[in-house]
Amino acid sequence: MNETEKQTAVKTDQAPIIEVNSMHKWYGDFHVLSDINLKVALGERIVICGPSGSGKSTLIRCINRLEEHQRGQIIVNGTELTNDIKNIEKVRAEVGMVFQHFNLFPHLTILENLTLGPIWVRKTPKKDADEMAMMYLEKVHIAEQALKFPGQLSGGQQQRVAIARSLCMKPEVMLFDEPTSALDPEMIKEVLDVMIDLAEEGMTMLVVTHEMGFAKSVADRVMFMDEGQVVEENNPHDFFDNPQNERTKLFLSQIL
Amino acid sequence: MSAPNTTPTREYLKPPVTEVGVLGWLHGNLFNTWYNSVLTIMFAVLLWKVVPPFISWAFIDSVWNTPSEACRDIEGACWSIIPQNISFIIFGFFPDGEQWRPGSAMLILLGLVFFSKNSNHWKKSLGVYWLIGLVVMGTLMYGGVFGLQVVETAQWSGLPLTFMLSFFGMVAAYPLGVLLALGRQSKMPAIKTLCVVYIEMIRGVPLISLLFMSSIMFPLFLPEGVTIDKVLRAQVAIIMFTAAYIAEVVRGGLQAMSRGQFEAADSLGLNYNQTMRLIILPQALKIVIPPSLGILLSAFKDTSLVVIIALYDVLKTTKVTLSNPKWTGYSTEAYIFLAVLYFICCYAMSSYSRKLEKSLHTGR
Repeated sequence: MNETEKQTAVKTDQAPIIEVNSMHKWYGDFHVLSDINLKVALGERIVICGPSGSGKSTLIRCINRLEEHQRGQIIVNGTELTNDIKNIEKVRAEVGMVFQHFNLFPHLTILENLTLGPIWVRKTPKKDADEMAMMYLEKVHIAEQALKFPGQLSGGQQQRVAIARSLCMKPEVMLFDEPTSALDPEMIKEVLDVMIDLAEEGMTMLVVTHEMGFAKSVADRVMFMDEGQVVEENNPHDFFDNPQNERTKLFLSQIL
Repeated sequence: MSAPNTTPTREYLKPPVTEVGVLGWLHGNLFNTWYNSVLTIMFAVLLWKVVPPFISWAFIDSVWNTPSEACRDIEGACWSIIPQNISFIIFGFFPDGEQWRPGSAMLILLGLVFFSKNSNHWKKSLGVYWLIGLVVMGTLMYGGVFGLQVVETAQWSGLPLTFMLSFFGMVAAYPLGVLLALGRQSKMPAIKTLCVVYIEMIRGVPLISLLFMSSIMFPLFLPEGVTIDKVLRAQVAIIMFTAAYIAEVVRGGLQAMSRGQFEAADSLGLNYNQTMRLIILPQALKIVIPPSLGILLSAFKDTSLVVIIALYDVLKTTKVTLSNPKWTGYSTEAYIFLAVLYFICCYAMSSYSRKLEKSLHTGR
């Protein structure tokens, strides 16, 4: 079912995999996200950057309903996010998420972390799930750690496991919420390499990050957010070499 | 000891002699400051005053298995009170000649508990064993089939009663407590309020009053002719009481879980039940092993309160023994015996919980 959907989407090259229409979100009285519009085509790689508190994490967390939006529309893979918990669970199974703090399950082995979703959500037989998990662990170069517990791995290794865990669900889209921000500098590269591999395989990715090198080399589009709004949006070449907005210029001058 | 070749060699010296060995230990732990030295000496004197007299009372001048008359003329302990009355202390009013029945029921219970300790045995078959065990134990205790004489629950007493009330109290209270804790965290106001009211009401009254209510007040509300067994009512009261305390401890464990764990489970598309069962509870319950054990231990010891509704647990049967004029006056010995009995059970539970904690530790 998902396979055919995927193919038609590629073929017709229209129905965006994610569609956000004039979406607003408040935390109490505080207007965190204001009038967000976003269309993500299948296979597109988007990097979202901006100062802290600009709402970029909140935006991608809205896409799999870890945060609730109050106005507007979010449609993921043809399913609109409403209060319907069944729809939400369906969308979450299609959308992988990688967190800043990895959020691996510390009481389960690496292998069990990976097979949990396939076994319980996708109802994959355990043997098949194990095989698939080992394949993805190999892909993130960490197969030899399969029987260890997350607490025994370094931060970079844990983050790669977290990526593999999401991939095991065969997601249509991957969301990355500052995946390298909690890592020691020497571990950032191993995680970014895995993400670059993924991008090259055509995975649809939304990445919140401060790694501008990654944005330059991988992104199809870079979005700059400030105070809950998308301030500027462009291809990476123009975004970095010829920013239009004053706030974008200021931000880039501070971090580059 | 030698440094690896890759790093420049560096000399590893031995620590000074006063820091290691017996001398170092004595210096470091007993005589490291002047006031610790004073305390050490005072404590040594105290031990010297207390321990030798106790040993000669308990072991040297004592008698172990004699009629009560032999105890009149000795200085030491009269341990004879235990073996001479053992069958009443352990089995209470269970009919003479039938006491092998509660005895084997207890052995089955202990056997099943020991078997269940091993996590390799945690399979479906374990449930089947328990089911068979429960049926066999029930049959042994109550009788009425296979030519076994019927023994009403009113005659169940002594150690089997203590074990039964505490074991089933703990086993039933734990899951109930977990449900209450989850209910208290629920977003549904009705369920949440119900759980809060239940927990706070139960925690607000002493166990004794709950036992009184179950034995005296509760039957008043039942229609005429309907009676519920007294032991069962006490059992339910103990379960309800313990569950409320377990609930609060488990809630503490749930609150210790980071939001990230919930979010990670959500982002995989797991539903609420799966998230709780597979992700949250295994971690939260592991965190609360030490305080849970505290509650289970006090639940075990609190079963002795059933004496106030005229159930004869092992403490009460001991007291009855002491009221026999032949054995009055040997309460120290009898209570030491009981203390040892309770201690063995509690220590076994506590050491198992430590083992369990260790085996569940996964490096974080």
